[in-house]
Amino acid sequence: MPHRLNDGGRLIDRSKPVSYQFNGKRMTGFAGDTLASALIGGGQALMGRSFKYHRPRGLVAAGVEEPNALMTTGTGAKAEPNQRATMVELREGLTAKTQNHWPSLDWDIGAVNAAVASVAPVFSAGFYYKTFLFPRIAWKHVYEPVIRQSAGLGPAPTEQDPDSYEHYYHYTDVLVVGGGMAGLAAAKAAGAAGAKVLLVEQTGHLGGRLLAENDTQIDGAEGADWAAATAEALGAMENVAIRTRTQAAGLYDHGYALLDEDCGEDASGPRRRLWRVRAKRIIVAAGAIERPLAFANNDVPGVMLASAVRDYIRLWGVAPGRELAVFANNDDAYRTAIAAFEAGLKVAAVIDPRAQATGPLAETVRGFGVPIRTSSVIAKVKGGKAVEAVMVGTKTPEGRVGGALEKIKCDCVAMSGGWSPVVHLWSHCGGKLRWDEEQSMFRPAPERAAPTGDDGEANTLVAGTANGFMSTAEALADAVEAGREAAKALGLKPGRKPAAARVAEPETGVATPMWFAPSVGKYAHGTKHFLDYQNDVTAADVELAAREGYESVEHAKRYTTLGMATDQGKLSNINGLAILANSLNAPIPEVGTTTFRPPYTPLPIGSIVGRDAGELFKPIRKSPMHDWHDANGADWEPVGDWRRPFCYRRGEEDRHAAVTREVLAARGSAGMLDASTLGKMIVKGPDAARFLDMMYTNMMSSLKVGRCRYGLMCTENGFLFDDGVVARIAEDEFLCHTTSGGADRVHAWMEEWLQTEWFDMKVYVANATEQFAQIAVVGPKSREIIASLTDMDVSTEALPFMAFADGEMAGVPVRIYRISFSGELSYEIATPAHHGQHLWDAIREAGKGANITPYGTEALHIMRAEKGFIMIGDETDGTTIPQDLNLNWAVSKKKADFIGKRAMERSHLADPNREKLVGLATDDPKKVLPDGAYAVADPTASPPVVIGRVTSTYFSPTLDKSIAMALIVNGPDRMGETIAIPVEGGDVIRAKIVDPVFYDPEGEKQNV
Amino acid sequence: MSEVIPVSAAKGAAFEGPDASIRDLGPTGMVTIRGDLSAAGFKKAIKSATGLAVPALRKVTAGGGKSLVWMSPDELLLVCDYAESAATVAAIGEAMGDAHHMAVDVSDARCVFAVSGAGARELIAKGAPVDMAPEAFGAGDVRRTRLSQVAAAFWMAEDGALTLVCFRSLGQYVFDWLKASAADGSRPGLF
Repeated sequence: MPHRLNDGGRLIDRSKPVSYQFNGKRMTGFAGDTLASALIGGGQALMGRSFKYHRPRGLVAAGVEEPNALMTTGTGAKAEPNQRATMVELREGLTAKTQNHWPSLDWDIGAVNAAVASVAPVFSAGFYYKTFLFPRIAWKHVYEPVIRQSAGLGPAPTEQDPDSYEHYYHYTDVLVVGGGMAGLAAAKAAGAAGAKVLLVEQTGHLGGRLLAENDTQIDGAEGADWAAATAEALGAMENVAIRTRTQAAGLYDHGYALLDEDCGEDASGPRRRLWRVRAKRIIVAAGAIERPLAFANNDVPGVMLASAVRDYIRLWGVAPGRELAVFANNDDAYRTAIAAFEAGLKVAAVIDPRAQATGPLAETVRGFGVPIRTSSVIAKVKGGKAVEAVMVGTKTPEGRVGGALEKIKCDCVAMSGGWSPVVHLWSHCGGKLRWDEEQSMFRPAPERAAPTGDDGEANTLVAGTANGFMSTAEALADAVEAGREAAKALGLKPGRKPAAARVAEPETGVATPMWFAPSVGKYAHGTKHFLDYQNDVTAADVELAAREGYESVEHAKRYTTLGMATDQGKLSNINGLAILANSLNAPIPEVGTTTFRPPYTPLPIGSIVGRDAGELFKPIRKSPMHDWHDANGADWEPVGDWRRPFCYRRGEEDRHAAVTREVLAARGSAGMLDASTLGKMIVKGPDAARFLDMMYTNMMSSLKVGRCRYGLMCTENGFLFDDGVVARIAEDEFLCHTTSGGADRVHAWMEEWLQTEWFDMKVYVANATEQFAQIAVVGPKSREIIASLTDMDVSTEALPFMAFADGEMAGVPVRIYRISFSGELSYEIATPAHHGQHLWDAIREAGKGANITPYGTEALHIMRAEKGFIMIGDETDGTTIPQDLNLNWAVSKKKADFIGKRAMERSHLADPNREKLVGLATDDPKKVLPDGAYAVADPTASPPVVIGRVTSTYFSPTLDKSIAMALIVNGPDRMGETIAIPVEGGDVIRAKIVDPVFYDPEGEKQNV
Repeated sequence: MSEVIPVSAAKGAAFEGPDASIRDLGPTGMVTIRGDLSAAGFKKAIKSATGLAVPALRKVTAGGGKSLVWMSPDELLLVCDYAESAATVAAIGEAMGDAHHMAVDVSDARCVFAVSGAGARELIAKGAPVDMAPEAFGAGDVRRTRLSQVAAAFWMAEDGALTLVCFRSLGQYVFDWLKASAADGSRPGLF
């Protein structure tokens, strides 16, 4: 029976009771408790139901490796699912709920699985794969819904998280991971040498296992006191920073580490902080995790790691039971018997599979009068929701259970299969391991490979028990050496090597490996030997996988799901692969480990997101007139990272009505468009003209100063990717307009060619996109509106089509381009962006009499489509060449070279039977074709032969009919032909192939 | 040239947090200068046109109300009064003569913020992958980098004042980001 002890508990403050809620019930613990220790103190043994079989589960561990006690803390928007109760610090008002059970924790329907499993194995290895095969339909409609409902972790909150999260970039000489004795010693050694050190510890306290042991003296002090003194010394060092409650989640290339800091539920600042650290050297002092033993029914609540039982007693003053049985293959676990005995608990027996147990710790236990059963194993645990007894048998030399079983009454089993160094972080970025046969553990093998820094040198060291040094003396010596090594690598002088710490601790010897405790009967049915508690994977599953041919550890892992739960197999991996090795009759190192991947423990999504939530989720680029648009009915559309008005809606107007009004106003009188988002590259230098002749398919060097030319840019594969109007500002200076979404790409493209290929060209490029606000004034009344605002001569004689002029307008400097993307008389006026809103207002005011109408991108698109002008991204898709769009006139035949020229000679691009641009006039002029629809030769053919696709399609308000552009095989040769476009619902729209210029084909409007 | 008052992207926004404050510095003169930074002629011309020496890698030179900011191996950013930028462009052009270079007025292309207060360094370190420790970044230093999701640059003047620039279109985003990150006064507490 779990309970609070009358005294003891290094970390708790009994003068400060803390109340909390567990499954709706009010309970009390003490300040310093974890949720797990408080629950034990409150008599709670049952913590959840297992994933597949819904077996009752209790705590196994006391730390980060806990697989079972996953709970949802908090409620509503503040709910945090899948919190390990062992890592949740108790606080006033905490609410915690168990997960994965229905209808209640005590009575769960899923346990029927277990009942069935006693007759026939269900959910065995590969269950999902096998089930998936037949009948296939059952998967979707039967298995998956049922499995989904009964299995799973805690539900994610549905409301928005009210907490804030942030990132923080930090740079340090040395990052030390782990605040146990090795981490402290390593940090001290590196810090004393003058290195800038950051030490992080995942729990709220420093000292690691020293806090739970009372038989270890370092330099004459109790281990815990040594830890406190060392921590204090570190705190006094200006170059050393310590952060507790900070989890090193992953190590990446070149000393980059991701740390997740829990800032506390009640903090005024962020809930969590993700540290993005670049360290010159990293010391992994992450300690070790105890291994469970695989024995029958080793998942009954009350079966725990021996070290965890000890931690609960010594750190928090709680006991998971009143009568303890210890089952261990090593001396260290005898410490748990000692701790329990000292705490006044009954120790029923120590069951030790070794033939002898004669170490000092065993002798101490023997001295207490506790029976020690050597050459014995637990053949089976009795009990359902709590341990009632263990059945102990003798282990025969053949590895079976011999003789009669002895029933030993107990309510808690403390198990230990030895320790595994925490090699995860070391392994994240390429650190290799070796199998230590004597200690039966994988340990870091820097001689095989270590993570490296940007200089190619090894930059990660492992220290202490994480490095396989299991005694305090060895671990401390190793850690000091690691700290000194790190400092030396940074060019610091650590000085004379300090004398080794004087350590007094009982001899523990080494563990004798035992990967599987035999039981009697058909162990695969009913009595299970669990390896992976969280994913409910048993020894039988791994053996089955081996029998079915899954010999690679990576395959066996995926087939059985061993180690694939959120704890990533911290408890199960080594036992699992040892059993696999045994089944395959291969040595363990030959089977190897699976890959260790970040994060070490689950990283909350909030930490990853940081500030990039809500309004800050995605940066939105805003033009200088953005706020005006917003205040005047703008219906926004994303264009690249910009937001542009799709249209401006007035009153009850819908989008269609607004767009129609805008087009008719621009065509009939005057419209105005915010064109500020267009890219504007300034290209300057003696070789600027030569450079642009290479960048564009057409000739730019022949452009006269003061004039503009429309140009096309292709990739080296000949595909059209951007277009725009180029203006020649001076002999050696051009301004190249690009598409709104393509500005950064074109800038980078120009720089790439200049920097990597044509570095001999004397050309500089500046991206001046943001320098200018640009306003298009469009329509028959545009000239008079502009003329009213400036003294500049904007007559067609002084400023003809495709010319520009600099001057002043409405009191601000401007450059007026006479260019048109609408086919109307049109000007684009650029002014320094800080004056954009002023000029916009002035033009609006001046155009009032002409009913000047701001229009959005949709009206822009319609007007350009009426004129048959192409749009990058509509008529092009990355495989379109200028010739496909009848733009041969813009592809120079005179130039010796330009980017894409040679590609255009390839057979496929030169093929006369390519899809080419045409206009489509639907038979029913009211019917608008769907964008992207396919055209087919014969809609009744099966399968239909696709001959092209619709690229732009609109209802033209100007022409009062449907218009479309399409890329059709041999399109221009099929003028007048009617083609079929099948659409949704089985309909077929018929359209005639026509010239794509629907409006003013002679260009009279723009040339007035 | 005109009496029209220029309006910056952040429109003069300011925010005072517990440990850090952010203020839009409003319209500021800026000139992008490109050329061979190592050439003696370039250095001389820049000195005569701006009064400032060409800064070394990731450094800023300042004086007479102007700063010259290193931006890349062949690019500088001159920062001056808004009204002075056009004249500065002309002066550079004159001083450079026929030598290949570029000087472009980009005064309206960016938003300029002052970031101040005891928490200013850590505020920036929340978004920029830059070592903001005093021993790593000090007076006369500049970093052209990233703040959260967007491009940014910042430098520290001799008096410790931090100036941060971003593109104009992102002025509001950067202000909002700085404000959100400074609002609760949370400081990792390393410097």
